[in-house]
Amino acid sequence: MKRLAAAFAAALLICAGGATAIPSPVPNQAVIDGDTMPRKLSEFGLFQPGTATLASGVAPYELHTPLFSDYADKARGIWMPGGMQAETGEDGRIAFPVGTVLIKSFSWAGHNGGKPVETRLLIHRKDGWTALPYVWDADGRDATLAIGGRRVPVSFTEPDGTKQSISYAVPNKNQCKECHAEGGAIVPIGPKARNLVFAPKWQPFLAKRFAAPASRIAPLPRWNDPKSGSVAERARAYLDVNCAHCHNPKGSASNSGLFLRWTDDPTGVNYGIDKRPTAAGRGSGGMEFAIKPGDPDHSFLIYRLESLDPGIAMPELGRGAVHKEGAALLRQWISNMPEGKKN
Amino acid sequence: MRVTSLHHAAFLPVAALVLAAAPASAKTISVSADTPDANEKLQEALIAAVSGDVVELGAGTWKLTDGLSLDVANVTLRGAGTKDGEGSILDFSGQQGAGEGLLVTSDDVYLTNFAVLNTKGDGIKSKGADRIVYHELRVEWTGGPKETNGAYGIYPVESSDVLIDSVYVRGASDAGIYVGQSKNIVVRDSIATENVAGIEIENSYDADVHDNIATKNTGGILVFDLPSLPQQGGHNVRVFENVINDNSTPNFAPKGNIVASVPTGTGVLVMANRNVEVFGNVMENNGTANVMIVGYRYPYKDEKYQPLPRAIVVRDNEHGKAGFAPAFEGGTEMAAAMGGAIPPVLWDGAGDAIVNDAVGVLSLNLPDVGTPRSEAKPSPADLKGDAPAALPAIKLPASMEAKVQ
Repeated sequence: MKRLAAAFAAALLICAGGATAIPSPVPNQAVIDGDTMPRKLSEFGLFQPGTATLASGVAPYELHTPLFSDYADKARGIWMPGGMQAETGEDGRIAFPVGTVLIKSFSWAGHNGGKPVETRLLIHRKDGWTALPYVWDADGRDATLAIGGRRVPVSFTEPDGTKQSISYAVPNKNQCKECHAEGGAIVPIGPKARNLVFAPKWQPFLAKRFAAPASRIAPLPRWNDPKSGSVAERARAYLDVNCAHCHNPKGSASNSGLFLRWTDDPTGVNYGIDKRPTAAGRGSGGMEFAIKPGDPDHSFLIYRLESLDPGIAMPELGRGAVHKEGAALLRQWISNMPEGKKN
Repeated sequence: MRVTSLHHAAFLPVAALVLAAAPASAKTISVSADTPDANEKLQEALIAAVSGDVVELGAGTWKLTDGLSLDVANVTLRGAGTKDGEGSILDFSGQQGAGEGLLVTSDDVYLTNFAVLNTKGDGIKSKGADRIVYHELRVEWTGGPKETNGAYGIYPVESSDVLIDSVYVRGASDAGIYVGQSKNIVVRDSIATENVAGIEIENSYDADVHDNIATKNTGGILVFDLPSLPQQGGHNVRVFENVINDNSTPNFAPKGNIVASVPTGTGVLVMANRNVEVFGNVMENNGTANVMIVGYRYPYKDEKYQPLPRAIVVRDNEHGKAGFAPAFEGGTEMAAAMGGAIPPVLWDGAGDAIVNDAVGVLSLNLPDVGTPRSEAKPSPADLKGDAPAALPAIKLPASMEAKVQ
């Protein structure tokens, strides 16, 4: 349970000269900074040749509360060009330098020997961020650009033991942007100061490559760790990470008027409390309110999270399985709300 | 003028060279419905296109599993027609993902001559897509009215300058043509049939809805404003010279949605807007009312919201039979008491309206939107008066009109 600001401080105490000897190859900065969309993932040099293991100097990181993606295991990494530093704003948003690559690989323990199915890159080029999806070749040695997206049959076992076979959707390039859009431009979602976690081994990287925020930024609760926050706090963390990338005033769901950021007023109608459907269509499931306090069975936010029908399901992209444990948390949160708070 | 239009230039590279306005790279990307992985190939074309390009959909039926999206400005998506057997038919019956069939998020896009069928969610959505032109399109749920159909057929939202021209929409479980939170809008020469709402203008400013046919919907043409949304305060909407008849399809919207409250048999419904003009329409066989003017009668917490209809003008419409099956609480009794039908214009008594048509008006005498409908005290009302200055016609940028000439 590392707290980020504490981690910064702690990291300063560690000998910061711990940059390990860098064996070749290193990421290819010319390709990263260029304007091409390489056909093969290996051209970036972000992975050790012939493997899905991050290259030296690419820092693995985790998130306190991650986006649910069909129970995939995600391996994340950050590459920042030499000598550059990321800045952290007061709101916890991190401004990464041009030349940065955020890397996320998706795998399932029971699928193809745990080899990744896809890797998504978010590349900060001089004219903005670019999102590129790569699908791994069957031999797991390299991955190929799938700019138009792809459907991949995937089988896995859910945490409760249920066997699942789904048609996993690798997003197309535009769909990457649908979630990563803010006012029409692509931005990173996950790595915000309140949600970012580095293993102890990478604390020197954190200390050296991230300018410390001016004031302490409280960590986001872990959605599934009761020690990290109350049910309501964890539910709000879950909504922030899983919904708010679209459900914010500059996001893809701005017109819905439903805003679910960590910083939004969780008692307001715009947070869904007693909020009638706007453009939900079948997503309302015949219910009157997104969240009906005390009554998760009549809260269509739950209905949409528990559906797999593309005309109903939320999030609209990237979900071919229901996140039972996440939905259970939100059900508990809504059940705990005092009922009958009338307008 | 057509010779210089961009889409012709795209087919004629030689001409393109002499056109200063056309990007030198303007080209046509053709995709065939028979391509293996047609879904992926078409999506790739929509991503690879650059400003000025035409993406051409081959004739035939496209079996699509995933929603398409376009995020490049100034691109034309053109098919071979909207008819089964000869046109470009995008069939989403087997759709597995995405909230709509086609999503457009870039400006100056022109969509024409294709059909989108049986999407699980919305048909074609455009968001933040200024100067979009929807022209000669068909969006249809081919099984007819069903609650399991998608919500909106054609769905521009948060956009400035919207043209919807010569489209056909059938079967939407919310609105066939829905324009939301937008500005400067024209919907014309289109047909909306067997939707819950035929055409709906919601939380929008400056719209002309004219020369359309809205028939066999639950409600023909709706002008609404709802609370707690980023853009509200809908105003300046003209609904004119449309044919709005036989809107008799029982309401099949999923409950909870605002259109689920639209009574079957509604011609035009104006709710909580200001400066709405309804004129020169031909309206008949709408069993509840040809024109209904109401306030927003639900609880709301939004202090900025204005729930009353204000400065609504109804004039010079042709009224056929109406009000013979009023599908709201107490409606049957009211019709019986008034000799079998209520007057063609119905007002709930909230806000203000001028009705200069030569037909009767029934008021429910509920000026306070907080009063429950059960307390209605219906009586004939005379709303004749001097209308405020007429609204100007909507003018769209010439570049948009040029596309459909």
